[in-house]
Amino acid sequence: MILIGERINGMFKDIREAILNRDPEPVKRHALLQTQNGARYLDVNTGPTVAPEDQPAVMEWLVKVAQEASPLPCCIDSTNPEAIEAGLRVHRGKAMINSTTADQWKMDIYFPMAAKYGAAIIGLAMNEKGVPKDANDRLALAMEIVANADAHGIPMEELYIDPLALPVNVAQDHGPEVLETIRQVKLLASPAPRTVVGLSNISQRCPNRPLVNRAFLAMAMACGLDAAIADVEDDDLVDIAATANIILNKEIYCDSWLKTFRQR
Amino acid sequence: MTVTIAKERWSGRCLEAVLGTGSRQVKVGGEATLPFLHFEGEILNPPVVALEVFDASPQEWPDFLCAAYEGVLDDPAAWAKKCVEYGADLVALRLTRIHPDGENASPEEAARVAAAVAAAVDVPLIVLGCGVGEKDAAVLPEVANALAGKNCLLGLATQENYKSIVAGCIANGHAVIASSPLDINLAKQLNILITEMNLDPDRIIIDPSIGALGYGIEYAYSIIERVRTGALMGDKMLAMPVILLVGQEVWKTKEAKTPDAPEWGEQKKRAVLWEVATAVALIHAGGHIAVVRHPESLKHIKAHITKMMQPQQY
Repeated sequence: MILIGERINGMFKDIREAILNRDPEPVKRHALLQTQNGARYLDVNTGPTVAPEDQPAVMEWLVKVAQEASPLPCCIDSTNPEAIEAGLRVHRGKAMINSTTADQWKMDIYFPMAAKYGAAIIGLAMNEKGVPKDANDRLALAMEIVANADAHGIPMEELYIDPLALPVNVAQDHGPEVLETIRQVKLLASPAPRTVVGLSNISQRCPNRPLVNRAFLAMAMACGLDAAIADVEDDDLVDIAATANIILNKEIYCDSWLKTFRQR
Repeated sequence: MTVTIAKERWSGRCLEAVLGTGSRQVKVGGEATLPFLHFEGEILNPPVVALEVFDASPQEWPDFLCAAYEGVLDDPAAWAKKCVEYGADLVALRLTRIHPDGENASPEEAARVAAAVAAAVDVPLIVLGCGVGEKDAAVLPEVANALAGKNCLLGLATQENYKSIVAGCIANGHAVIASSPLDINLAKQLNILITEMNLDPDRIIIDPSIGALGYGIEYAYSIIERVRTGALMGDKMLAMPVILLVGQEVWKTKEAKTPDAPEWGEQKKRAVLWEVATAVALIHAGGHIAVVRHPESLKHIKAHITKMMQPQQY
């Protein structure tokens, strides 16, 4: 299980203020904490309050500051291609692009970008019409993403399909469809593409969000989920990821399995 | 029609360990694929072979095995030199005299013998205790001290007695053999415990415990294979090189010990082949250091390794 730490995001108040004041300390603090807690990537997102024209500069700053505090690669998260490329330009190591949709015009921008910078990339199983209502429609869009990635020489193990988890309190019927999509994405190509979810989305505006996130993570892992953008600062969540890894025989058991998961 | 060779893409690699000092220093491990698959990944170092030396004339060895070391069986330093003449990459000194049920020799006495052997040869030295955990825990730190700076390999450290042995290795610059009873989960856990004492992972050699051909070799084979694939899949606590204590297992089998069994062929040939077959099979599973007893076995195993180290033409 590849955990992508979600915390360096302008949606959070402390990061929003850090961006406003160009104060590197909160960014560094979360970079370090998430690294220690077992993250393999740091998601970096300017948040919606930064004006589009400022996003490239802010993204560049966030990537630099995060990588000063942590050896981890970043998952560069934006809807603005210029912001993503600004982040990739200063990034050290193998970055991840977050994300393209199945819209052709977006794939025509982001897959060449991934190839140019040698980055992994997340493909959202949706298009301008929105999020599909069932697994079959999600898989059809995932297949378009797979075909486009392949055409640009992106290795399948560097393509992460996101079936889009929606909040369980408003879109309850999507839950089983998302789990089914995770299962079936593995059948789209050989070697199979990987799967990722924005985990915390499942619990938007629910009480006891961490519990909802933890339950969803265990269930999705059982369906074959490879990666999750998640609250890595939730120790219980990371413990569940580590334990599920053991139960799924992804890692050889030893008594210190909670510790070894975080050290990887 | 061209054939595409299927290649596995591994994310991890084995750790490389360095033993001994000077020109006869030995490097093991470091490979990025399964044994001898040169076409698939880098194989940095060939597996190596050690010959065993006892600190006292062995009581239970067949005559033809003793004959290979005639005249030196009572002198561990001279015996060790003989091993180097035979072409051993390393010498493995076994401290039989410290066994509590036998002579129960003191740690100081054991350290004196180890120092004498180390001074006699320029190849790296492995020092093996008597297998009684408590006694080894008392003796090996003393040995470590006497061999300070010689970058030896000491063992066996187990989950019960590793602390003092590892401390002795850290203080004196040695590597340690981490031994577990044919159990990959315990092997991994012991490596974690040892690294938590701040010994670097590349100073650990895994003894997974082995069985000789016909005596459970399959269990050892599959565990070594899983250790190796674990390392290649990025499991850092299984990435250490593996030692195979072949001689101690082979020379207690009835196939090696029975002189009169015409239907099994001549004893010497049979026993040497048993040792060679066991070592070679486990090297192919992913073993790095084979410890054997007969110089003929050493010769055959090394010839096999030399051939296997020739890169395939794909």
